[in-house]
Amino acid sequence: MSRTVSLFVPCFIDQLLPEIAVDTVTVLRRIGYEVDFPEDQTCCGQPAFNTGYWNEARPCAEHFIRVFRNAEVIVCPSGSCTTMVRKFYPELLANSPLLKEAKAIAARTFEFSEFLVKVAERTDVGAYFPHTVTYHASCHGLRELGLRDEPRQLLAKVDSLRLIEIARFDECCGFGGTFAAKFADISAAMGNSKAENIAATAAEFVTAIDPSCLLHVQGILGKRKATARAIHLAGILAQEKP
Amino acid sequence: MSSAAAQFLRDAAEKSADLAHREIIRRGMESYDTAHLKGRARIKDWEAAREKCQQIKRQAINHLDRYLVQFEQQVIARGGHVFWAEDSEQACSYVKNLATQRGVKTVVKSKSMVTEEIHLGPVLEKAGIKVWETDFGEFIVQLRGEAPYHIVTPCMHLKRDQIANLFREKLDKNIESDDPAYLMTVARRILRQAFFSAEMGISGANFLVADAGVVAINTNEGNGRLCTSIPRIHVVVTGIEKVLPRLEDLAVFWPVLATSGTGQGITTYSTLIGGPRRPGEADGPEEFHVVLVDNGRSRLLANPEQREVLHCIRCGACLNICPVFRHIGGHTYGTTYPGPIGSVLTPHLAGLAEFKHLSYASSLCGACSSVCPVKINLHHHLLQNRRDATEAGATKSSERFVFSMWRRAMLHPRIYAFGGWSMRKGLRLLYGLGLAGSALDPMQVWNRHRSPVPLPSKSFRARWRNGFNTNGKAN
Repeated sequence: MSRTVSLFVPCFIDQLLPEIAVDTVTVLRRIGYEVDFPEDQTCCGQPAFNTGYWNEARPCAEHFIRVFRNAEVIVCPSGSCTTMVRKFYPELLANSPLLKEAKAIAARTFEFSEFLVKVAERTDVGAYFPHTVTYHASCHGLRELGLRDEPRQLLAKVDSLRLIEIARFDECCGFGGTFAAKFADISAAMGNSKAENIAATAAEFVTAIDPSCLLHVQGILGKRKATARAIHLAGILAQEKP
Repeated sequence: MSSAAAQFLRDAAEKSADLAHREIIRRGMESYDTAHLKGRARIKDWEAAREKCQQIKRQAINHLDRYLVQFEQQVIARGGHVFWAEDSEQACSYVKNLATQRGVKTVVKSKSMVTEEIHLGPVLEKAGIKVWETDFGEFIVQLRGEAPYHIVTPCMHLKRDQIANLFREKLDKNIESDDPAYLMTVARRILRQAFFSAEMGISGANFLVADAGVVAINTNEGNGRLCTSIPRIHVVVTGIEKVLPRLEDLAVFWPVLATSGTGQGITTYSTLIGGPRRPGEADGPEEFHVVLVDNGRSRLLANPEQREVLHCIRCGACLNICPVFRHIGGHTYGTTYPGPIGSVLTPHLAGLAEFKHLSYASSLCGACSSVCPVKINLHHHLLQNRRDATEAGATKSSERFVFSMWRRAMLHPRIYAFGGWSMRKGLRLLYGLGLAGSALDPMQVWNRHRSPVPLPSKSFRARWRNGFNTNGKAN
């Protein structure tokens, strides 16, 4: 297995939450990987795809394939965007000349925690995080990619971290892409239920493998002036003992 | 926006903020969750059972033409009648005409969502026929003049004191307690009289068994058996998709339906009916009719991508797990079938234009698909409905414009990067002026319920280019 990975940084991480990508690179480098960032990458197409604009999403997917066609392994710190590439590209590109390449790329694209545990075979990445944390299982990572245990295995090996289980850990936080705008009231009600469950754990942090969930959950927590904060798994794993 | 969509948005805003309502639903759902998990644990290999059910339903639906005829022939041979109704109007007319021709004054009904779908009750009432819902939950919502709130538990949105007050107002002003057993006794006393005075009983069907030519009905209250055996005419109103090929298929479907529906091992009363009373039999109706309702189902059947939606056995598991349902409740959907299955099905049965909004009223979390006992990929069908709405040109032109601009930007990394930079810069400026959440804020909807998103001065790609690519330090 090559020691170089290509980083797929979803558009909203790139634009709004760059720290998550920085943390992802930090962890990958710490365990001995070279990281490459193909700079022509933009968006995987999921916003259009999930809203029903498949004809708009398709050229984005093809662009993604052209950008990453030479990458041996692709790592992405988002369960949702990994799902787009892994599960939905083959369907979206069913009639595209790039279908064969899409399937090949789907097979070598991994969500960050999945890559660490299943490909790099590392659960201990030398992280130190002296805080209480609760884990929210993001829907796409959990149900589309089947990542039930991987993030927990990684959290279990973080020095000084105490994991507190949250009620309904696998219930959607209410983000859902354009759902958050089209049905803002339902989305917010779901987010507030999640925030109540987070508060009941009294944990300092809530973590997940999907930045989109965390952006929404942090927004809700911020509005509620809650003490808990949202942090991506990479943000925890990137911390080291001083 | 369709009027149904506007109503949905209003009701969803109201219901999702109604904490008392949410608390009732939460309690009901939590007791279901516990029972459901316990029930699933009783089945040795739940996943294998789901797969078996999926496989059987696939076979049934793929050969529906053959199985329905096989079913029909046997019912006819036993002296029953089968009517094929293309739509709700045909189905309702058949039942209404039959009732008027036979001089029916009173009808007792056991629970049937198909009769809700075709609005049979009001049609009969209009013809001067008294209709009694005899399932306790249905009896209550009928008294309230409401549609069922949930396909399995129609009055789960009501507390017992509300039910006691309703009984006081509608049935007997001397109702003295809100004890459920007592309230049930009151209803039972009234319904007993109805059972014995009714000339016609109407039931649904949980399954139509093709090889045996029988209707399978599952109830928990025994009202189904009274409806189907006491009145002199029994009419089954059911959807064409309820077919199972073989009697032995019930060995897996009965426990799976009960487990998914309520967590029971099997429902209390499982009844098989194949025709009218035969000579020498002590009870049963003189006449037996089956109304097979299409009402849009064959359109779904013709769609290979979404045909599996017809696998649904109406267990309600997808409603129960759905976080959207748990926050807005059943009535908000404004459809016969609420929750994920309703959002998938309704645009096909009642029209894409009027009900396409339901395809979007989901975060696509996939919890529904993960519990569906016949493994319908529900959330993916919602996505396909969205695609179909877009391709049919049924979406807003402003949205179409946004996505076409978006596509252009995403194909050009420089435009994308510049667009992202200007958006952050612009929002920072705006928020610096204290205008977050104002009418000028493009993120107004987001900011109404959430604190603003972070707006870093540099994107990741800028930091990468600034040296993070080589020196390992984030700038």
